[in-house]
Amino acid sequence: MCPRPKRLRKISDPPLIAGFKPYGASDRALTREKVFLHFEEYEALRLCDHKGFSQVEAALAMEVSRPTLTRIYARALQKIADAFVNGKQIIIEGGKIFFDSEWYTCEGCGCFFNHPDKASSVEECPLCGHSGVSNYTEVPEEIQEKSCRRRRLRRGQMNP
Amino acid sequence: MKTAITSTGKDLNSTIDGRFGRCSYFVIYDTELKSVEIMPNPNKEAEEGAGPSSVRFLASKGVKKIVSGEFGIKIKSLLDSLKIQMIVMKTEDKTIQEVIDLLDHN
Repeated sequence: MCPRPKRLRKISDPPLIAGFKPYGASDRALTREKVFLHFEEYEALRLCDHKGFSQVEAALAMEVSRPTLTRIYARALQKIADAFVNGKQIIIEGGKIFFDSEWYTCEGCGCFFNHPDKASSVEECPLCGHSGVSNYTEVPEEIQEKSCRRRRLRRGQMNP
Repeated sequence: MKTAITSTGKDLNSTIDGRFGRCSYFVIYDTELKSVEIMPNPNKEAEEGAGPSSVRFLASKGVKKIVSGEFGIKIKSLLDSLKIQMIVMKTEDKTIQEVIDLLDHN
């Protein structure tokens, strides 16, 4: 029997850097060791800690189940902690993922399109020239609404 | 600017092909010259890697936009690096002529 195949994890943007290197180590040989942080782990960390999503929201954004997201996130923390404590390099690569960067949708013809030229902004649909163009959102709207309250509460606790 | 449209047939009344790498025909439309070029897809029967070789085929023709029903996973990063724009049409009953009319509104 084969194991169940892994679901592809959705990554919204590739990370800006390829990794981290430690500096100022007393033992040089130590810093040559590497920790491979997968893209999916980077993305879980970005969504949960940088963007402040709950794990439910992060799981939806990456199109995996909530328990899977928790496992990915736990592994990310473990690897980063290992790198910090043992002075290892962090290299971001690998994982079972696909990139989903900057997709847009047009209200005129209903098509989806991407925008490879990141320097300029998107003003009109490349197909019909309609100006009603919106960003294809990471989290479905009805879920965003539901969890908004929770996020606000959490923020309130942080800044009273 | 040249735009490629994946087509099921070799005339302008045929509909968009839902697949990109293994579509039947490519219609290349030049928005400045208003010229249409129709060519069969050389990778239609390819066992593997039909998507990437179709991308290379279209890139060699100087295409800047591709209209299709769907793109495979291998395609996105390749097209991003070549700065080719993807346009996904979810409705596959549109004919090539209708897509060309839409492009002319630009």
